[in-house]
Amino acid sequence: MAKQIQKVPPKHTTISYARYGIYFVLPYFVVFGVFQLFPIIYTFYLTFFSWDGFNDMIFVGLGNYRRLLADRVFFTAVRNTFRIWILAAIPQIGLALFLGAVFTFRRMKGSNLFQAIFYLPNLITATSIAILFGLLLDWQAGAINQVLLRVGALEQPVNWLRSAFWTSGAVSLIQWWQWFGYTTLLVMAGMKAIPGELYESARIDGAGSGSMFFRITLPLLKNTLTYVVVTAIIGGLQIFDVPNVLTGGLGDPNRSILTMVMHVWNMSFRFTNYGYGATVAYGLFIIILTFSIVAFRQLQRRDS
Amino acid sequence: MKTGIAGRISSGTLYVFLGILAFLSVMPFYITMINATHTDVSIVSNLNLLPGNNLQRNFQHVSRSMNILRGFANSLTVSIPSVVLSLYFGAMTAYGFAKYRFRYSNALFFFVIMTLMVPMQLGLVGYFLLHSRLGLLDTYIPLILPWIAHPPTVFFMKMYIDSAIPDELIEAGRIDGSTEFGTFNRLILPLLTPALATLAIFNFVGSWNNFIMPLTILFSRDRFTLPLLVAMLRGVYADNYGAIYLGVAMSILPIIVVYAFVSRRIIGGLIVGAVKG
Repeated sequence: MAKQIQKVPPKHTTISYARYGIYFVLPYFVVFGVFQLFPIIYTFYLTFFSWDGFNDMIFVGLGNYRRLLADRVFFTAVRNTFRIWILAAIPQIGLALFLGAVFTFRRMKGSNLFQAIFYLPNLITATSIAILFGLLLDWQAGAINQVLLRVGALEQPVNWLRSAFWTSGAVSLIQWWQWFGYTTLLVMAGMKAIPGELYESARIDGAGSGSMFFRITLPLLKNTLTYVVVTAIIGGLQIFDVPNVLTGGLGDPNRSILTMVMHVWNMSFRFTNYGYGATVAYGLFIIILTFSIVAFRQLQRRDS
Repeated sequence: MKTGIAGRISSGTLYVFLGILAFLSVMPFYITMINATHTDVSIVSNLNLLPGNNLQRNFQHVSRSMNILRGFANSLTVSIPSVVLSLYFGAMTAYGFAKYRFRYSNALFFFVIMTLMVPMQLGLVGYFLLHSRLGLLDTYIPLILPWIAHPPTVFFMKMYIDSAIPDELIEAGRIDGSTEFGTFNRLILPLLTPALATLAIFNFVGSWNNFIMPLTILFSRDRFTLPLLVAMLRGVYADNYGAIYLGVAMSILPIIVVYAFVSRRIIGGLIVGAVKG
């Protein structure tokens, strides 16, 4: 062993070991390059072509982008996605703030169990949930109509999934239901990190509980809230599984729940127009990026 | 300590409110399990709250045109290697970033973090065409291999290595004559078990629930993963509600059973991840 130490003097080791770091991260970057980076770049290249995968690729310049800006279905999908997102995200974050405060500041028995139950829907496969809610909302066999008829809230069964209003509402409701528990856990983690002395000294200064929430809890939760809102934008605007399965991919009735990613998928793979599908994907990316940055800036500067 | 809006509501009211939310969270799954055991007629005419006796016939019915158990096996065939690859290479990448200083190492790690923000769907068309060119469509390879490069795993593992693995340990390995690679495999990896266990659950759920990737890549019904089969249930069985409920029940029951045992670990992992992120 002594021999070995002599062989490799310490100064030399610090320099020569660096290359092992490269060996350790190399597989990651090779796979990332092949399976993620290359497809993203190739998709961008395709936005300048018209191609169905069989015939020759035709260079169309900015033609696909011009088509995108005139594509009514795309703008319908943008509106739908935002409507579904807002009606799910606002109640989700609002409720998470409330539940986070309850679990953090009130020592309630069984709060671990409640947290575990609220998080459960987030783990279940979204396609299963879509089929399940499709059944619950079924106009003749669905439990929702059965309950409402039994308690007398309805006189006739309602065909929820034939109505654009109710179908869109149902998708928002499912999103809210699947994600409020997850958001609560994140908010709770942020609230637990706030030092208790801040509340103590505020109490000594005579602050009420309401002003403590708005003056201490909310401002110090800034980073958590930024993370929650930005990830909710990135994830929520990519909504696909539930509306796709609930409507068999078409977003009906009247394309009222056709989302942006559904439009990307349909254009690319249902109508095998790879060039235009790629362009819609980039349109979606720009929208998500813009809103993430705007939300990030707004939330980060709010209380300074 | 009582603060804020939450401080002014009586405990009784709060429990009622939490109870309603808990009821909403589990009721749909309960109805699914119950209706999976009922006849179509019973499902249409009643709001069933207790089990029926039609489970076996519903199972025969589902099995007639769809092999849910096969879908199960297919999903496992995809998810298990995905988890193993994501953990091993994720830990290795994180270790490389945490314990070695090489050229551009900080910039590359920052790049990994930035890719967390890029939507998966952006490269979907290119991803499909790449595998079409490679002749890998309708195979599991495109669903498994990309897990080698999973940014959240690297991010989480680096946090863990930074806090749990002292540099002296690696020095000790060097003095004992271990190679760098051997140190990682034999000395470091076993010490990462707690973080690996948590990430294993999250990555398994992520792979198991994935829909858009297998929908794009797979064509043969006998290779479909569970979410693809479940998505077809309504189309195949139309008004055979008992069969559809059973198909859904079979897809969600294993997750609920596993969750009952590991929920603390999952929630703990989520909170640790949130605080560090």
